[in-house]
Amino acid sequence: MSLAGTIARRTLLIGGVAIAGGVAFGTWRYTTPYANPLLSGLNKGEAALTPYVLITQDGITLITPRADMGQGAYHAQALLLAEELDVDLDQITADPGAPSAAYWNQALSAEAGDFLAPGDGVLNSMARTVADMGVKFMGLQITGGSTTVPDGFDKLRAAGASARETLKRAAAEETGLPVSDLTTRSGAVVLPDGTALPYTQLAARAATLDVVQDVPLRDPSQWRLIGKPTQRIDMVAKSTGTQTYGIDVSIPGMVHATVLLNPAQGGALGSYDTAPAFRIPGVQSVVEITGGLGIVADTTWHTFEGARAIEANWPASSMPATMADHWQALSDSFTSTAQDSRKRDDGDMETALTGEVIEAEYRAPYLAHAPLEPINAIVRVDEDTAEVWTGTQIPRFVQANIERITGIPADRVTVHVQMMGGSFGHRLEDEVVKQATEIARQMKGTPVKLTYAREADMMHDFPRQIAMGRMRGTVKDGHVESYDLGIAMPSVIASQMARQGQTVPGPDSQIVAGAWDQPFAIPHHRVTGYRAPDLAPLSSWRAVGASSNGFFYNAGLDELIHAAGADPLQERLRLCNDAVARRVLEAVADMSGWDGPRPAPGKGRGVALTYSFGVHCAEVVDVTDTADGIRLDRVWVAADVGTVVDPVNFETLVQGGVIFGLGHAMFGEITYENGIAQQDNFDSFPSLRLDQSPEIIVRGLENARTVKGIGEPPVPPAAPALAGAIFAATGTRLRDMPFSRAVTFA
Amino acid sequence: MQLSVNGTDHQLEVDPRMPLLWVLRDLLGYTGVKYGCGIAQCGACTVHIDGEAVRACQVPVGDAWGAVTTIEGLGQPDALHPVQAAWIEHQVAQCGYCQSGQIMQAAALLSETPAPTDADIDDAMSGNLCRCGTYPRIRAAIKTAAARLRDS
Ligand code: FES
Ligand code: FES
Repeated sequence: MSLAGTIARRTLLIGGVAIAGGVAFGTWRYTTPYANPLLSGLNKGEAALTPYVLITQDGITLITPRADMGQGAYHAQALLLAEELDVDLDQITADPGAPSAAYWNQALSAEAGDFLAPGDGVLNSMARTVADMGVKFMGLQITGGSTTVPDGFDKLRAAGASARETLKRAAAEETGLPVSDLTTRSGAVVLPDGTALPYTQLAARAATLDVVQDVPLRDPSQWRLIGKPTQRIDMVAKSTGTQTYGIDVSIPGMVHATVLLNPAQGGALGSYDTAPAFRIPGVQSVVEITGGLGIVADTTWHTFEGARAIEANWPASSMPATMADHWQALSDSFTSTAQDSRKRDDGDMETALTGEVIEAEYRAPYLAHAPLEPINAIVRVDEDTAEVWTGTQIPRFVQANIERITGIPADRVTVHVQMMGGSFGHRLEDEVVKQATEIARQMKGTPVKLTYAREADMMHDFPRQIAMGRMRGTVKDGHVESYDLGIAMPSVIASQMARQGQTVPGPDSQIVAGAWDQPFAIPHHRVTGYRAPDLAPLSSWRAVGASSNGFFYNAGLDELIHAAGADPLQERLRLCNDAVARRVLEAVADMSGWDGPRPAPGKGRGVALTYSFGVHCAEVVDVTDTADGIRLDRVWVAADVGTVVDPVNFETLVQGGVIFGLGHAMFGEITYENGIAQQDNFDSFPSLRLDQSPEIIVRGLENARTVKGIGEPPVPPAAPALAGAIFAATGTRLRDMPFSRAVTFA
Repeated sequence: MQLSVNGTDHQLEVDPRMPLLWVLRDLLGYTGVKYGCGIAQCGACTVHIDGEAVRACQVPVGDAWGAVTTIEGLGQPDALHPVQAAWIEHQVAQCGYCQSGQIMQAAALLSETPAPTDADIDDAMSGNLCRCGTYPRIRAAIKTAAARLRDS
């Protein structure tokens, strides 16, 4: 049997174990095959109870392996651990810890099942299990897809509970009291007489005991932290300039660097003259890297000046010459040979599409991630080890890529994951680390801090997908009768994973995400995904496929509802076939006092609902048509995440997601000429600012059965709700983003 | 040349054309001051010169006309400025990267306009970009800080 066959069979075998065990196995048993990453490097007197909790005599550290891009991941993870561990949030330190296979992301692999086998049923759950085990095998410690809370909800509470019970056992041994007489509070085991034995003093003894497994989790009625407003642990640092981000890290002896890359995406290095760079004071060296040059100097400013001074001729890239060519490639992809999936096909679409058929086409442009902190990394390459300081969502890929470039084994590459100044998916890529490594291996022993200028960050971003939607449909007796939606885009996941040397077999569920599985029972309903050829290299952008498809789906539905003469919200409610989604729609109707799309002359109201990342999220947007243009007045949002773990952060993330969705729909686009991005900074790639931001009123519902994250779901409904409101106010149907091409915003 | 930052005088041997932003961050270690765009589009680098909010990426250090205050000089974790206290109370930050600039801009606004209207807040704050979209909380925190400052 071939090696590949052996691996596949073994994977399936272990997958079978997982099926037999199911989710009841829990995290600890899942991760048993991996060595506990804390056991190496422990000092005497330290106890590693699980890979998530570290207690020393000096204090309690909660390991939060999911990265924090600003979404409050450290806080959410610490809170889940602290809930069962019985520590107060001000008693602990949160630390992302060292990358380890034991921190693989179970929730993300559940999503990955869809990449392998679309649809439901046995086949899919098997594929899901294979993907599950695959993710486990690769030990992908990935942060993304709004998975931090779903992945950690049971896992982290179980870790906290195991640690707590083990500490109680240690206290029982120490005092001779039975465990049943002991309680825990504020980081201590409390004896019947009220004496508190701090965990920190019990750590050494606890280290000698076996971890207590399978501790029952507390009933929600006993929760002290979950669902209650808490003070996020990073607020003081982030309000006083004392939070250290990757870009702020300084290592003794370090030099600064920046890159000058072929301005065309993926273009090679051509001829160049570095002499002008050396006329900039402080420029020390210029070295070749893949696709460009690395400029090394004494300060960040001098690296930027050095890069600006260099003259170079750059070979052309292989990307299409004009945006018209990009759109043509999408337009040409609505064919049976390019069909990627048809995950929804209700009723009989072909016979339904007779008589008066309504048709429309929609477009979503490339978008930059543009987190406010430009990407950066410090890398030091030594003889047979390497060390990295960077804000990353993919620390294990970082190690693997450094191994590939330097030959230093991944397990000898130390990664210090830093707090990130935003990501939106940008830091699921690690080009900056690869480039810093290419420079650093040419100056062994010296830490090289590579900082991108904003222009490089934006022009060399791997953008959100370009996408096109085409809808046809009919109405009957005042209702939507048929709705056929086709969506064409290149595969984001294939583009992204190819850069990590991985291939993703099967259809890409992101091509139809946020469209095929919407909670509406339309008599004849079909959603088809078409896979366009690779154009610009792409990467996951907040809400991924749903970021474009939520607009297509709702905008198409709105046109049909309008043709039927129905009310956008009432008709959605009538068609809705999911109890959780219905409550979400009812909530925004109630919050906004919905009474039709035209509440007053000159005013307009739109509504949209998107089911994405397992969350139903509905939004109502209110606008006024003023003399200066469209003014955004108010947005009401309701979303159901099963359990609102942190109500304060929930509201912040929803508001931020709405602003992100609105702002890009209004203003955002990246366009390419000969592979060169035509937008390079925030003047040409505008965002929503404070003066144009609406009031945003948020309600979290808890009817769904499973816990879900809220980072992404508020983004997709924002654009279509706004488009609906503008149509109601002005009669202008917006089918292409950004809307600022067609309307002015006040 | 000489530069006063947060009450400390620094003697500098530096190209006077280097933007104040990079002098503060790379040479003097005031990393609370942030780089976001370098072209006066984001406000992440906002500091005060003689109490006035300026974009440090746009001021060649040789042109700095007075005493510089950075976020570190406005207040410290154990001695918060009222604007910082309001930011913490409202839990404004998401990634937090823009917030040094937002807070410096808001502090300058309130020192000139103790009771700002929404329009005043719009005018003063719209040059400060927040990619995470924390604007509703920024507005609320400014109002809280204004009330606090007026009462004290
Ligand atoms: S870095 Fe100065 S305004 Fe953006
Ligand atoms: S909090 Fe992230 S940019 Fe403002």
